[in-house]
Amino acid sequence: MAEMPVIEPQKCDGCGLCVGVCHLNALAVVNNIITIIETVECDWCTDCEAVCPTGAISCPFEIVIQEP
Amino acid sequence: MAVQLEFLKSIPYFSDLDIAELESIAGLIFEKTADRAEMVLLEGESAANLYFVASGVVKVFKTSAEGKEQILSIVRPGESLNDVPIFDGGPNPVSALAMGPVLLYGIKRNDMETILRDHPQVALNVIKVLARRVRHLVSLVEDLSFKHVIGRVAKILLEHVGGEMGRGPRLTQQEMAAMAGTAREVVGRSLKALEEEGAIKLDRHRIIITDKEALKEITGAPS
Repeated sequence: MAEMPVIEPQKCDGCGLCVGVCHLNALAVVNNIITIIETVECDWCTDCEAVCPTGAISCPFEIVIQEP
Repeated sequence: MAVQLEFLKSIPYFSDLDIAELESIAGLIFEKTADRAEMVLLEGESAANLYFVASGVVKVFKTSAEGKEQILSIVRPGESLNDVPIFDGGPNPVSALAMGPVLLYGIKRNDMETILRDHPQVALNVIKVLARRVRHLVSLVEDLSFKHVIGRVAKILLEHVGGEMGRGPRLTQQEMAAMAGTAREVVGRSLKALEEEGAIKLDRHRIIITDKEALKEITGAPS
């Protein structure tokens, strides 16, 4: 399964700002909570994290060393 | 067009106004829409209107001669855009871009002057908004001028890299900002700078350290 942003539903106030900024249309508000549409592969632009006023959505990076 | 008075009241400029005052201001508001990635303001251009974000999000930024971008703020519903040139009559000091579909409420400069004269409470509110803005920008200036944020971001990457012992913790830009004592916007720019230096590569959800020695050098630590 593709890596997708992480949502903490208890923090989400359903404002939908992240839905509007997602250029891949990978997010939707369902029952007033943000939900990821996993058929779309996120390109990790992190705009959804940047605009979220409650910190409910995050795009964590894994830090790795390049294999020689 | 029906400007929602409840929404208008939630705008810091218009807090503490009564319904009659809000109704008179609502009559001066016009709507403007912008699609994703559409420029809402262009740095250097003259400014005729003050804008409030009614829905969506706008990114306010400056661009260097080399094309590097520094985000100054993310403007969400209820917040204003273009305040400075409206009040000092100069050109836009920044550019602004719609991060998704955006609805703006606009007020012409002349109408804003009328509002300020007719409703002194708005003038007091504007002072508070601009003071908050100055505080935010002073903090950003401090981060950009005095702190070696790039070095600290490089250190954070080296400290949290996964290795033979397993995967390291996954970090958001917000978490890196908190660790580096800076703003998220500055971390984003630092990561881009490190990528330009050839020390890292951003690959979707992974930050790949491509030159560990270069990254160590940027931290100022002996290699």
